[in-house]
Amino acid sequence: MAAIIELENISKHYSPTIIGVDNVSLTVEDGEFVTLLGPSGCGKSTLLRMIGGFEEPTAGVIRLGDQDVTLDPPYKREVNMVFQDYALFPHMTIGENVAYGLKTFKLDKNTVRTRVKDALTLVGLYEKVNQRPQQLSGGQRQRIALARAIVRRPKVLLLDEPLSALDAKLREQMQIELKHLHEKIGITFIMVTHDQTEALVMSDRVVVMEKGRIAQQGRPQDLYDHPATPYVANFIGTTTFLPGTVADGADGVATIDVAGTRISAHPEIELAKGATVTVGLRPEKVKLLAEGETAENELEGKITEVIYYGLGLRISVALADGSKIDADTLLPDKLSHSTLPQVGAPVRLGVATHNIFVFEGKVTP
Amino acid sequence: MSILRRNLPGVLVMGIPVLWIALFMLLPYGIIVTYSFWLKKYPTFIPAFQFGNYITIFTDPQYVLVFLRTLKISILVSIASFLLAYPFAYWLVFRCRSAALRTWLYMAVIAPLWVSYLLRAYIWKTILGTEGVLNSFLMSIGLIDEPSSLFLYNQFAMVVTLTYIFIPFMVMPIYTALEKIPTNLTEASADLGMGPWRSFWHVTLPLSLPGVAAGFTLTFCLSFGDFIAPFLVGGPDGNLIANVIATQFGAALNWPLGSALAIVMLIVVLTIVSLSDRMERKGLSGGI
Ligand SMILES: Nc1ncnc2c1ncn2[C@@H]1O[C@H](COP(=O)(O)OP(=O)(O)OP(=O)(O)O)[C@@H](O)[C@H]1O
Ligand SMILES: [Mg+2]
Repeated sequence: MAAIIELENISKHYSPTIIGVDNVSLTVEDGEFVTLLGPSGCGKSTLLRMIGGFEEPTAGVIRLGDQDVTLDPPYKREVNMVFQDYALFPHMTIGENVAYGLKTFKLDKNTVRTRVKDALTLVGLYEKVNQRPQQLSGGQRQRIALARAIVRRPKVLLLDEPLSALDAKLREQMQIELKHLHEKIGITFIMVTHDQTEALVMSDRVVVMEKGRIAQQGRPQDLYDHPATPYVANFIGTTTFLPGTVADGADGVATIDVAGTRISAHPEIELAKGATVTVGLRPEKVKLLAEGETAENELEGKITEVIYYGLGLRISVALADGSKIDADTLLPDKLSHSTLPQVGAPVRLGVATHNIFVFEGKVTP
Repeated sequence: MSILRRNLPGVLVMGIPVLWIALFMLLPYGIIVTYSFWLKKYPTFIPAFQFGNYITIFTDPQYVLVFLRTLKISILVSIASFLLAYPFAYWLVFRCRSAALRTWLYMAVIAPLWVSYLLRAYIWKTILGTEGVLNSFLMSIGLIDEPSSLFLYNQFAMVVTLTYIFIPFMVMPIYTALEKIPTNLTEASADLGMGPWRSFWHVTLPLSLPGVAAGFTLTFCLSFGDFIAPFLVGGPDGNLIANVIATQFGAALNWPLGSALAIVMLIVVLTIVSLSDRMERKGLSGGI
């Protein structure tokens, strides 16, 4: 696979103090579905808009294919954008909206008609061709915006929070639809979202951003299993953190003192004896141990809270030194509700060694 | 009795405006409409129902000429206002980087509306007159040797004066219409391959048309009924309908004809207003 987009040390400083994007380098392969993920204000939109040509970087180079397009205006780039609130032209019909992007290609009428029809059929809305955007629902507009962008057959499709205006049900449905569309047309997709589920469900690769920089990038499952920083661990999934001290750090297995207990982990970094670290535990990987049951690592505490969330329970436990961790458990069988964990009860928690994250230093994410 | 007392506040709140409108708007309209069918019989008028006055207006070259002249002046004023106002409003909304400067300039355009209309028309007399600023300036730079009387008391002076006076009514609706256009629509247009000019032509201009229509309506109708500018800077053959109507009610002492003229004028204005209203409505339903 060849690179279709290359960002080289891209920065956008709106002013000396307002930094939108800070020295980002990123390569996107042809046909890939890449998602820029991060909290509000981390620079996702700014980065996407620079690829689209709506903002000029203050430093760095953007290459599309093997062409330097850094300073090209949007209308000269073979990329197209699906805008957050769709930006459909209110004074044109759906058909005219979709045909708009073909005007510059100087195609004959029949070709235009076929391509508009194909694009609208692809998103399942050809019957709306003569209606106006105002007559459509949010989800339908979103599909028209897609059709309008892909009808030009761009090299790269940019999507800025394309689903954020839709309600939860429709959003889930559109996530799958978009993913299928991507597989079907084979164009490179670069999407922006602040919704981790959306990112994980849809993308080949997720780029997690933090304050204008890339915090980590990788396949969804890699980010989930090997977060490089507490920030990423907490942004992709949920993680509870405990402060710890390294008791022994030799040979890829470290023993760490946490909350008065000694646990072992496989840290992905070198740890010196006596170093301060932060241990991360995912609630879904922490197990409530039954009597007589054992685990590679065990922690003891008292239940402080039990939250019911449909699929299961999230149980907050206070450890001996007062620090708290969460454990998820599936709901027990309907008939045995009497055995539900009770607040105040003492519990033992078990975690497998390979499910423990270790981060350097003392962090409050 | 008790019902009336209980409803007294309501009766007052609704009653006074209704009375006002009836007394000062509906009644005069009724009188004018009635008069327009009457006959003039020196030295007074006699009640009648006949269309003689209207026929006169549409057949007597004298009145046809005034109508055409008024139409011409109003159209010229609207066009001149548009040509000046649109680029200005466009620049303010899309190109002016400083929000403070934008507000300032916008206020500067609107502010003259608080100055007496008569005064603003009068100013042009002192600018364009033989003793005026324009002549002194042209003489001082040596372009002309003696004051020219070409500038004042003609239709050119009227168009300039009326454009100056009514241009805020063109700037305001266009500015508002342009400001309402979401930036992402022009961005989308650029994204879809259109350069700045074509984006303007296909997106910005069509979406600002309701504002343009409103501006044309306002400046046209205001000019169409203007009385002062012809009077101050128009000269002997610069009479517009309003002046002729005034004459009919004054010196010519022909109220029936004056009334008929007023009715025709009213119909022209109402037609334009309702046309533009329809256009604006259509723009809205297709709008943002
Ligand atoms: N036109 C602008 N002028 C000045 N600062 C800007 C401008 N656009 C964005 N910024 C700043 O740049 C930073 C990144 O903004 P950006 O819109 O890229 O964030 P985002 O990640 O897309 O956030 P969100 O999820 O809220 O859309 C923010 O701090 C923002 O205040
Ligand atoms: Mg954004």
